[in-house]
Amino acid sequence: MRIVIIGCGRVGSTVARLLSPTHDVTIVDRTSDSFRRLGTSFKGKRLVGPATDMDVLRKAGVEGADAFIAVTDGDNRNIMASQMAKRVFNVPTVLTRVYDPVRASVFQKHGIHVLCTTSMAAGFFRDIIEGNACDTFAEQLQAYLDASVQKA
Amino acid sequence: MNIIVVGGGNVGYYLVKDLKAAGHSVILMEKDRQRAARLYEDLGDLVRQGDGCESRTMQDLGVGQCDLVVAATGEDEDNLIVCQMARECFGVKRTIARVNSPANEALFSELGITTTVSSTRIIFNLIEQEIETDHIVPLAALARGNLEVVSVELSDHSKMVGRSVGEITLPADAHIVAILRGDKGMLPSPKAILQAGDVVLTLVKTDRESELHHVFEGH
Repeated sequence: MRIVIIGCGRVGSTVARLLSPTHDVTIVDRTSDSFRRLGTSFKGKRLVGPATDMDVLRKAGVEGADAFIAVTDGDNRNIMASQMAKRVFNVPTVLTRVYDPVRASVFQKHGIHVLCTTSMAAGFFRDIIEGNACDTFAEQLQAYLDASVQKA
Repeated sequence: MNIIVVGGGNVGYYLVKDLKAAGHSVILMEKDRQRAARLYEDLGDLVRQGDGCESRTMQDLGVGQCDLVVAATGEDEDNLIVCQMARECFGVKRTIARVNSPANEALFSELGITTTVSSTRIIFNLIEQEIETDHIVPLAALARGNLEVVSVELSDHSKMVGRSVGEITLPADAHIVAILRGDKGMLPSPKAILQAGDVVLTLVKTDRESELHHVFEGH
């Protein structure tokens, strides 16, 4: 699959490294300095530029991409870029990380998969405290962690 | 009108001053604490410190009851989300977004934010008008800039001089609306013969204006 990721922070660089062996990955960030997080094993393309710029997205190959992942540190930037990917470039699968739960729930309705890590962590912690944590979810998280660390 | 302006930069600041002077009830939201404090010294309690994208802040301001939200920050992504949140969370009917990159105007419109203002675009258009070469001058923009009326002054060299209006092949979506000769105005009858010095007023879709150059240019 052709995948475009915007934001090369911890999440962006990790998912890029997880996907790059088997997929055609392009990662975009405002500064080239962020690409140091990718390490040496990353085989995909790196592109410097503002992720809400139509020309930058086009250059990153969003046109015809199978999936788009928005994980910059700005909620608004992620939401705007995701709407561009979905509405302008018709990318079939658009995934966005949003910190603000209200914004997450509003834009969930726009055909974008919004992952609100704030609600996830808060909900999971509450469930552990109250003894309602689902075992499979905990196992899943451990599996994600193992994969990420292994790739580091 | 009850108006909330988000973004206390120069655009927001002068806009709020003018709106207040015109008798509107205005609130200016500024995210940055220091900037908000400075604005407060000048404008008083119509200044609020907070993030216009945070639903709680906007709710506390009574955004649901306001008539208009203006997103005037220097960041297009923030302006888009401010307007979308105001509409979708709080049912605000009228929003105006400042668009810094002209390329985003179409995107905003596609996403339901139809009223946008791009100073970059306005300045660009003014420059374009200044450097118009063969006497094709945009006179008025209609339909939010999608249509315009341009005046074409026929030079001695124009290949249209001596031809009839009926012979002119214009780009699609362009129509000659009048011909001005000296102090006389004429409706464009197909038989009218064009002379050097005639001013041809043409209605054209803005994105096809450049095609007019080929029609009227010299031999």
